[in-house]
Amino acid sequence: MKWLRIILPALLLSLSLPISAADEDGGKVDVAHMLFGHIGDSYGWHITEWNGRHVTIPLPCIVRSSSGWHVFMSSRIEHGAEYEGLFIADEGRYADKIVERGEGGEYIRPFDISITKNVASLMFSSILLVVLVLSCARWYRRNDASEKAPGGFTGLVEMLVMMVHDDLIKDSVGPEYRKYAPYLLTAFFFIFLNNLLGIVPFFPGGANVTGNIAVTLVLALCTFLAVNLFGNRHYWKEILWPDVPIFLKFPLPIMQAIEIFGMFTKPFSLMVRLFANIMAGHAMILGLVSVIFVTAKLGPVINGSMTFVTMLFGVFMDCLELLVAFIQAYVFTMLSAVFIGLSRQEEHHAAEGEETERRICKQ
Amino acid sequence: MNLMLPDSGLLFWMTIIFAIVFVLLAKFGFPVITGMVEKRTKRIDAAIGAAREAEERLQGLTAEHERMLAEARAEQARILQEAAAERDRMIAQAKVQAQEEAGKIMEETKARIAEERDAALRDVRREVAVLAVSIAEKVVRADMSSDKRQLELIDSLVEETYDAS
Repeated sequence: MKWLRIILPALLLSLSLPISAADEDGGKVDVAHMLFGHIGDSYGWHITEWNGRHVTIPLPCIVRSSSGWHVFMSSRIEHGAEYEGLFIADEGRYADKIVERGEGGEYIRPFDISITKNVASLMFSSILLVVLVLSCARWYRRNDASEKAPGGFTGLVEMLVMMVHDDLIKDSVGPEYRKYAPYLLTAFFFIFLNNLLGIVPFFPGGANVTGNIAVTLVLALCTFLAVNLFGNRHYWKEILWPDVPIFLKFPLPIMQAIEIFGMFTKPFSLMVRLFANIMAGHAMILGLVSVIFVTAKLGPVINGSMTFVTMLFGVFMDCLELLVAFIQAYVFTMLSAVFIGLSRQEEHHAAEGEETERRICKQ
Repeated sequence: MNLMLPDSGLLFWMTIIFAIVFVLLAKFGFPVITGMVEKRTKRIDAAIGAAREAEERLQGLTAEHERMLAEARAEQARILQEAAAERDRMIAQAKVQAQEEAGKIMEETKARIAEERDAALRDVRREVAVLAVSIAEKVVRADMSSDKRQLELIDSLVEETYDAS
């Protein structure tokens, strides 16, 4: 049963996406197109192909072009169709995005806030997250938690919440952790649930949400704001007038430049780390599954043996991705907590730290 | 397709969705859970403290109990010892008293014996005197004519007297 749960997604994955890729282009497998089609975003939610027909859930497109607002379902612009002067570009800078034609025939990208596949997935996972956490919170409202501990799913959530709360937030942020705990917990569970849903290969999972730079950008921006909006005097002093020899900060503000640069590289690293890890995980699994279809032409023996090897690797990768899903959520939360902790550090704490360091060195 | 370029639409929706999720969870979700768990932790800590205190008190009670038991035993031994001493003392006193009493009785007896003897002696003396007087009377009353007769009289009188006594 346990093995079935792991193998089944891989099986379904192998059945759904790449077949469509194989059928297009006259039987030639366009792995790159399939791969980027999955990793990127799309206006409709393609589920599978059945008897030569694409099964796609149409999603609303909301576009403000030169002729005003347009709201329509994505099914109207499928397969190169044009609707109210809008269509999906097939090449160029705006490939796979809704564009309109300019006066000179060039593509112009309108203001586009369509509910794309990633947005829909994001909405689904967010509703799921809110429902799950609030239903757990309801247990605490209904029962006196000081009388008994929750069991079942609520107990599991409590375990996760308290693990993040006590091990990550309390230790990393310091004495003022209470103010930041809700944000850090939200970030952890948001990333973790989206990572997990991304591993599920069929609807409504499978979207590459946390492997999208826009999503991780917003998350990193939140951490950036949490660090810099509530940073204390000591934090700003460390940036604007650090404890270094005077020629390093005056008249040429070398250290200040480095510190200010550092202010932005920290959240930037958060953004890229999460994005790259999840995106690469998706790409790896899809690439492995594609091997089955790429080798289909090389005869049944090679194809069969490659299928077997690919399945083994696929199972391994799926397990690895489960691990990565947790680790990346954990790392993002931990680093956010550490950055926030650094911005709330008092001066004497630093001195104490140095003293302990010195004591350790002496020993 | 540029993966590193954030899409404006997704950015827009992500900001809104994350803000809503954050507000909901930060207001109604996580603080409730963490607050309750912290409350429970406090309660468990308090319960453990109370249990330890109760245990300590119980140990104190046991010690107290043992102390009282030992005290009672010591008291018992002391009372027994005292009783034995009292008994010995009473016996000794009784002996002394008995001896005293016996001595007194002996004294009294001796005194009475002496008294009786004196009384007896006095009686004897009185008897003798009476006897002498009566003899003398008889002598006077008898005929003192002849010596022989006198002698006979004296002998009979003496004889009489002896017989009488």
